[in-house]
Amino acid sequence: MSDRLSVFKTYKLYVGGKFPRSESGRVYEVTDSKGKWLANAPQASRKDARDAVVAARKAFGGWSGATAYNRGQILYRIAEMLEGRKDQFVREVADAEGLSKSKAAAVVDAAIDRWVWYAGWTDKIAQVVGGANPVAGPYFNLSSPEPTGVVTVLAPQESSFLGLISVVAPVIATGNTVIVIASENSPLPALSLGEVLATSDLPGGVVNVLSGKTAEIAAPLAAHQDVNAIDLAGADEVLAKDLEIAAADNLKRVLRPQPVDYTETPGTERLTAFLETKTVWHPTGSLGVGGSSY
Amino acid sequence: MPGVYSCYARRYARLVTMPTNAPTAHALGDVTASDSTLRRFLHGLPGVDAVGLEARAASLGTRSIKTTAKAYAIDLAISMVDLTTLEGADTPGKVRALGAKAVRPDPTDRTSPSTAAVCVYPDMVATAKEAVAGSSVKVASVATAFPAGRAALDVKLADVRDAVAAGADEIDMVIDRGAFLAGKYMKVYDEIVAVKEASGAARLKVIFETGELSTYDNIRRASWLGMLAGADFIKTSTGKVAVNATPANTLLMLEAVRDFREQTGIQVGVKPAGGIRTSKDAVKFLVIVNETAGEDWLDNHWFRFGASSLLNDLLMQRQKLATGRYSGPDYVTVD
Repeated sequence: MSDRLSVFKTYKLYVGGKFPRSESGRVYEVTDSKGKWLANAPQASRKDARDAVVAARKAFGGWSGATAYNRGQILYRIAEMLEGRKDQFVREVADAEGLSKSKAAAVVDAAIDRWVWYAGWTDKIAQVVGGANPVAGPYFNLSSPEPTGVVTVLAPQESSFLGLISVVAPVIATGNTVIVIASENSPLPALSLGEVLATSDLPGGVVNVLSGKTAEIAAPLAAHQDVNAIDLAGADEVLAKDLEIAAADNLKRVLRPQPVDYTETPGTERLTAFLETKTVWHPTGSLGVGGSSY
Repeated sequence: MPGVYSCYARRYARLVTMPTNAPTAHALGDVTASDSTLRRFLHGLPGVDAVGLEARAASLGTRSIKTTAKAYAIDLAISMVDLTTLEGADTPGKVRALGAKAVRPDPTDRTSPSTAAVCVYPDMVATAKEAVAGSSVKVASVATAFPAGRAALDVKLADVRDAVAAGADEIDMVIDRGAFLAGKYMKVYDEIVAVKEASGAARLKVIFETGELSTYDNIRRASWLGMLAGADFIKTSTGKVAVNATPANTLLMLEAVRDFREQTGIQVGVKPAGGIRTSKDAVKFLVIVNETAGEDWLDNHWFRFGASSLLNDLLMQRQKLATGRYSGPDYVTVD
């Protein structure tokens, strides 16, 4: 006989490497695809969003300054941790998206592979989109990609795990820090991802996970002067338009929502969407009287 | 004297320290007559209920200040900031920039008030004076071998005279914590009196370095000692040690100035310094001022914040209230 009491999990936000409840104290009910109650998720407020921006800004210096190689290692470490907790994610994805266990397992496998794929890109993207430019003068002219800064990501509403990873991994791979708003109806895989990130050498604040009403959290973030870019993947047409208008005031980079099949191998678009190109002119060296350097 | 303070036994459990039959100003004049009377007076002050003090400070910190009240509080806090730079690496350029910021904290918004003062080392006073010329911003100078205060009295007084000669409107002195902790209260008293005299017309702020005084009782004694010696302001800390201004020690000092005015009619200002970085903290302090000392102290003539990064946070909050959107560090100056 088993009369053991069930241990319910309190899902929490992931902000600045910590797991706070919503500042507002609110939660909302999360159900599976058939309407059965799964858990209560925190319903983040605009103050949680503001705190997440502070955390992301604080983490930006260290993360963008880390070597691309080191970032790749850390991302790969996250994939290792995901692998170890695969069963949990399979269960959560199956519940959230109404998939059979085997189909959910395939989605989680694809998500982990996607993470590894982006981990590989960290120290290669600079060679692809940067380079030495030919100029007529005694200068080296070099272009190199640099991270945009603090990026807000509205995670896809339908694909709660593969879609989430497909939008978060490319943003942090290039050195940005991110505030991700989880799928409104299926936030549990995203909140559990926070627990994986917390144990994967990823510095606190590089990824911040908020759950709640997407429109409510996204509005202050789109208007926030200290957010440099916003990815509207999880916004419907009306919300996307409002957020784009709000984002215009401090000239945020905006990635508009587009139909994406997250099961396909992506290109580099999501990597390059949040990169700025820095070009420097560097003298080749002082020229001697004879016209040669040194 | 013990008779005068016997009432404290009954009131000890409460934090409020106002004695019912307060000694007259004349009685307070007597306490500094000799080392022993001063010691008896300071040790006769009621002990501080540490738990009650901290609980009171914490409960005052939970007040919700929103919308118009918040806007008022932020502007008041900006006008109370002593914008401070006390680094070995201070350059004339940095002090000039600080002066410009003190005069016009937010160049994009002409309605933002100026800060109360800039606070610099004595050798930077002339530069600072020039930078704030023609404005309401005062120049405060730390002196007396700041921050340790470990120098001969002559050296300390020369330091003060230098600063005053260079045009300082306010002098921030440090007490000799070594002498205070050793119980040589008269030495500390005499030193403050001497510095007060050397300061001339400049207002004197006396820094106790509360983080080095170990106990709340000592902070209360130091507060009274400083006020008896003629301080215009009592100030928590230098900002150079681990523990700086806290709500609790500021509350304690506010009680001291309130009680001192009750007994002598002399109003003394309070300046918490160090560790106050956010608008939220600043507003908490203002609530404590209002609830402890009263509205008379809600003015930059009687209450100041010794701070540097606080101003940026106040400005960002001010921008948020004005525009409705959260601001960021890109929109305020880097000091």
